[in-house]
Amino acid sequence: MSDATTTPASVAGAGLVKRDIGIKRRYAAERRFRAYGLIAIALGLLFLMLLLGTVISKGYTAFRQTAINIPVTFSKDIIDPKNERADNPKLLMTANYPVLARNGLIEELGIDPKDKKAVRAVGKMISGGSRTRLRNMVVANPSLIGKTVPVWLLASGDIDSALKGQIDLSVDEKRRKVSDQQVAWMDQLVRDGTMVKKFNTGLFTFGASSRPETAGVGVAIIGSLYMMGIVLVLALPIGVAASIYLEEFAPKNRWTDLIEVNINNLAAVPSIVFGLLGLAVFINFAGMPRSASLVGGLVLTLMTLPTIIIATRAALKAVPPSIRSAALGLGASRTQMVFHHVLPLAAPGVLTGTIIGLAQALGETAPLLLIGMVAFVVGYPASPLDPATALPVQIFMWANEAERAFVERTSGAIIILLAFLAVMNITAILLRRRFERRW
Amino acid sequence: MRLFFTSIFLPSGARQMSAASTLLIIVCLAAAGYVVGRLRAAALVSTQGLKSHSRSGYYGIFVLIWTALPSLAVLAIWLAVSPLIINDQVFNSLPQSIQSISEADQSLQLNKINAIATGLARLTADEHAAALSGSVDLRALLGEKGIAVAGEIDAYMPEAAGRLNAYRATSSTMRTVVVVLLGIGGFVWAWLQIKPRMRARNRVETVILGALMLASSIAILTTVGIVMSMISETWRFFSSVPPLEFFFGTVWDPRFAAAGEAASAGQFGLIPLLAGTLYIAVVAMLVAVPIGLYAAIYMSEYASSRMRSIVKPLLEVLAGIPTIVYGFFALTTVGPFLRDISARINEMATGDVASFIQAQSVLTAGFVMGIMLVPFVSSLSDDIITAVPQSMRDGSLGLGATHSETVRRVIFPAALPGIVGALLLTASRAIGETMIVVLAAGVAARLSINPFEPMTTVTVKIVNQLTGDLEFTSPQTLVAFALGITLFVITLGLNFYALYIVRKYREEYE
Repeated sequence: MSDATTTPASVAGAGLVKRDIGIKRRYAAERRFRAYGLIAIALGLLFLMLLLGTVISKGYTAFRQTAINIPVTFSKDIIDPKNERADNPKLLMTANYPVLARNGLIEELGIDPKDKKAVRAVGKMISGGSRTRLRNMVVANPSLIGKTVPVWLLASGDIDSALKGQIDLSVDEKRRKVSDQQVAWMDQLVRDGTMVKKFNTGLFTFGASSRPETAGVGVAIIGSLYMMGIVLVLALPIGVAASIYLEEFAPKNRWTDLIEVNINNLAAVPSIVFGLLGLAVFINFAGMPRSASLVGGLVLTLMTLPTIIIATRAALKAVPPSIRSAALGLGASRTQMVFHHVLPLAAPGVLTGTIIGLAQALGETAPLLLIGMVAFVVGYPASPLDPATALPVQIFMWANEAERAFVERTSGAIIILLAFLAVMNITAILLRRRFERRW
Repeated sequence: MRLFFTSIFLPSGARQMSAASTLLIIVCLAAAGYVVGRLRAAALVSTQGLKSHSRSGYYGIFVLIWTALPSLAVLAIWLAVSPLIINDQVFNSLPQSIQSISEADQSLQLNKINAIATGLARLTADEHAAALSGSVDLRALLGEKGIAVAGEIDAYMPEAAGRLNAYRATSSTMRTVVVVLLGIGGFVWAWLQIKPRMRARNRVETVILGALMLASSIAILTTVGIVMSMISETWRFFSSVPPLEFFFGTVWDPRFAAAGEAASAGQFGLIPLLAGTLYIAVVAMLVAVPIGLYAAIYMSEYASSRMRSIVKPLLEVLAGIPTIVYGFFALTTVGPFLRDISARINEMATGDVASFIQAQSVLTAGFVMGIMLVPFVSSLSDDIITAVPQSMRDGSLGLGATHSETVRRVIFPAALPGIVGALLLTASRAIGETMIVVLAAGVAARLSINPFEPMTTVTVKIVNQLTGDLEFTSPQTLVAFALGITLFVITLGLNFYALYIVRKYREEYE
């Protein structure tokens, strides 16, 4: 302290000049180090933005689909020229419906019906799915025959892409899928207000289809829901029971150690191995049907169990021992202590863990490929035993399709999948925020 | 074996109804048991004036358990075992010529008989008699009822199918009688047991504890199931392809033989697949480790708690995105981007516009997988770095080290074993990852050191060999299980070692 009173300036000055401890260099290194950290975080966030950005920018257009309002004349000459529909029930099923739609559009555009080439080009502007649509209308209401009704029909996938600006119209006409003539008609229809982009309900209700405009994730969503149901019904009780045993009852011995090691390892086993297990045990050995959501549900149950068990055990561990002592002290048995006191207090944590496990199962693809869920399923599965497909598997199948319209659909399906996952995860977070207790 | 499941679940008229209705009867009986047991306990207490050992609800549950548990257990065993016995009986009654053909053909014949039996059950009595006497075309008749029988219907089949149906009818009647009787028996016995001094709660709790133990051993059963199923299929694979050829072969060319032809076996060399797997995993780690580690260090050492609370969940979103989405991203965005940019670079360097990076390549798959792994590395390392005691930081800072020097020279070495463990866990994830490589790595199995060309991985080949029509006798299909067990062993080894390191490290500071 006494030094400070005697000529402080000269002493301090001399010391600083003489001893170079590289402070500048070290501070520069410090700044660099921090910059690396920031760059790493920025890169991570950039990748996230890029990933979500590309998916959304490619996929948001899938939620709108081009439709044409065509005055369809259900001409008796085309549907039923010989007037035999009363005797022949198959007639209404096999009639040439696309021609009806085509004729309607020709009239709308004012084209000469004798110009075969133009007529064919017009026909290609309407989705092949119009056949089913018109057939269902006629079968449901045969009195339509002979009348003219305006019907909203889907435009074909190429026209849809062209209208959305996804087809480069500056390319030579021969090298793209829509001709200049079709584009002109398209513009004309848009000007008239007969061709508009509507909200794409088909994306949510249709099943698999080789035509992009009539392909949807309806069947896949049902399949995924079946599987989520099975996972919930099986994995939640089994997982909770297993965790209760391990956390509250199990004696410390080799058997429980073995179970612990097993659970930790199963959590890290590649998901595709569970697919092999499902194939060998459920399909090959037990003879369950391939492509069924039941098998998928069982495989995903085994896969999610470790996640649920680990989360539940953490939740049980977080309940303070004083609760247990109090319950036991008042004369409760161990089982009563667990089921009446510990488990209700741990319930929010268990629920959160379960939702996260379900979200993980919902996004899983690889094991489902092996048990045959890569299937072209058109109709809704009536039960978990019917062939079905799952949302991520549908994405995988569409990702392999070359057409531009399928890229859009794939991104749209990914957006739907991510929306499901986001809802589940946000629910989990909210549950945790709302019910979490700090002891 | 194959018929077993079909016979329980597939709709074939009366049988299915019977199993389900038996279940319903038992459930009703058990519910009644609960109510009756509870009431009886309460009644005994009030009439005899004694205090019962347990609360009356436990007596109810006691009766419920005794009614439902034994009968349902028998029902389950019956459903699992009886089809085997019935099939065996039917099979033994078949002509000698059928019993001597190959196993695959036998199962085909049995499937046919099964289909006919299902169809016969749907016929009316007259049609049934006509079908068995052979006076009508059975095939057409069954087709009308919605049963398509593949191939020819041999003369012995309708009779065997009739016998199958008869056995099944007997079995289902017996099953219903036995199960319901057992349920009633359990009910009555448990009801008689109810006395005020009976320790119902302890008995019920023993059953609950048993159920909990059973649930916890599912984990073991799963592991056993994985190992057993893979070993048995791998064993069959090794009977047609020698293990040495599989593990050390350098050529992967599993020619799919035409149906029924077993001549061309193809070559099943693991080495190119393993090389591709490891190469892609290394590229992924090269991307993920620096980004993940620096992010973790910044987050745990420098970031304010506000920044942490925003950035950490955002990075973890990356871990929550399904891998198929990464695969699609690689296929449609990263791959074409790398291809185009390499064409541009090539054009500037040599004037040639050919791209030297292919859209599907080791680089594409590895890079995208690296992005996926960033949150794994960062959150695992974050936990480990945060766990380093504060006193070590204070000591280093107190001696005049800057913050980054403290991190590099004190904290990082202290956390190193844990970080290595975390990286091993991440690597095992990279090796087992499937969807990204299926979409972005390509299917060409070759040995190459050029990261710009496609290579394939173990997981891709498992998927390739097992999608489409399967024949469980050909080595082309069975090889997937050999690949699977290789993958399982590698990841298991990595996980064990990683957990060992992490646990050992954790003990040092606790």
